Amino acid sequence: MKAIYSLILVLALVVLATLGAGAAKMQIIFAYCVPGTAFVIFLVGFTAKIIGWAKSPVPFRIPTTGGQQQSLDWIAQNKWDNPSTGPQTAMRMLLEVLTFRSLFRNTKVILRHDDGKNPIVAYVSAKWLWLFALLFHYSFLVIALRHMRLFLQPVPQFIVAVEFVDSVLQIYTPIVYQTDLLILAGAGFLLARRLYDAKLRYISLVNDYFPLLLILAIALSGMYMRYIAKVDVMAIKDVVMGLTTFKFKTPPATIDVSFYVHVFLVSTLLAYFPFSKLMHFGGVFLSPTRNLPNDTRMHHHENPWNNPAIKPHSYEAYEDDFREPMFEAGLPLEKNPEEAA
Amino acid sequence: MKLYNGGKIITGLVIFLGIFLAPLAYNVGKAAYTQPKLKMPENEKECIESKDFMRTKHMQLLNDWRDFALRDGTRFYVNSKGKQFEMSLQKTCMKCHTNKAEFCDKCHLDASVTPYCWDCHIQPEGLKK
Repeated sequence: MKAIYSLILVLALVVLATLGAGAAKMQIIFAYCVPGTAFVIFLVGFTAKIIGWAKSPVPFRIPTTGGQQQSLDWIAQNKWDNPSTGPQTAMRMLLEVLTFRSLFRNTKVILRHDDGKNPIVAYVSAKWLWLFALLFHYSFLVIALRHMRLFLQPVPQFIVAVEFVDSVLQIYTPIVYQTDLLILAGAGFLLARRLYDAKLRYISLVNDYFPLLLILAIALSGMYMRYIAKVDVMAIKDVVMGLTTFKFKTPPATIDVSFYVHVFLVSTLLAYFPFSKLMHFGGVFLSPTRNLPNDTRMHHHENPWNNPAIKPHSYEAYEDDFREPMFEAGLPLEKNPEEAA
Repeated sequence: MKLYNGGKIITGLVIFLGIFLAPLAYNVGKAAYTQPKLKMPENEKECIESKDFMRTKHMQLLNDWRDFALRDGTRFYVNSKGKQFEMSLQKTCMKCHTNKAEFCDKCHLDASVTPYCWDCHIQPEGLKK
């Protein structure tokens, strides 16, 4: 049901843009105002969210991450899983961000039976999530880079190279980009696993389905523009360059309405980004189990929310405060009243 | 307002903003973008199909022509007005659009498109640029 709500929401956005830019002729709003506003919301919202997180006190190190911690000299330390210095921690973070090692550790529970038909609970490796998450994220990155051909003039050689590699198979006309297919596979899998697995379906919310369906809709609308509608790319570059150089002009009438749908969906994604789970983009760098070295035995951790006005109060001092009543109650004491006197 | 690890986080935010604002910075101070002006053939006013069709679907047409001419042996194309043309890049298209640099490349460079026509076809020597 939550998946259906999300789907209806995305379809409503598509209809809104189709009617707005198509029937209602509000091309200027959909070409400039909406994406411009969404981009500002994205940048400001993202920054505000990170600053908000930065204000939260840093917790005590969490040393129970995988791998052997630094110990005696003859015990090999697992430096990338349980780092004790800054550079090692940076390496762990880098590998997490670039290769998703946490997802690589994903396991699933299975129930097996031994020869005597006794049930055995086992945890086995489940790499599909890792694989498709990698496909999805890297495809997204390449697609975003490719789009820079519409934002930059002249097009830098680097973007041309990305474009070349992505269309190297030379299939169909216009040439199919591999990442177009891979992002559909990636996002499709991420959606399918939420729908197919009963445990995941139970914990999935509208704000899990909505971004997935939104990104799928963005990918599909983009592919529709390229492979089916065959939109006027030069007219679109004209509009996009107007947006990035702040030299706005009336969008050419030759632009297909699918362009406005695509842009509206992307704008929605940008505006929604800072308020959603998509903030893991910035949040991954602030994960305590990833960015804190295991150096609890080398550095004293001062609890950041401690009140400096409250001084340490030892047990001896406590006993000094309450020695008489404690003695009368028959509690064991370090020093009896006679000894203390 | 106290930030924990403020230095590192602000550095990260500056990098983030830098990356996302880079496209705007790249274009700063440049003249407003205008679509490239193509050098149109002087002796011919009409292309084989309408201007709008050619603008957006010429690659599809060329692709179809290649398949028809090379794979099916069909050598003639009848356009939407019933006029017949030989399916040939060099004999038909390039009869009028003689200069690749002044015509094809203009948009292809701006849109960062690299068609593979010239993987097989020899780009006429005189037109190379």
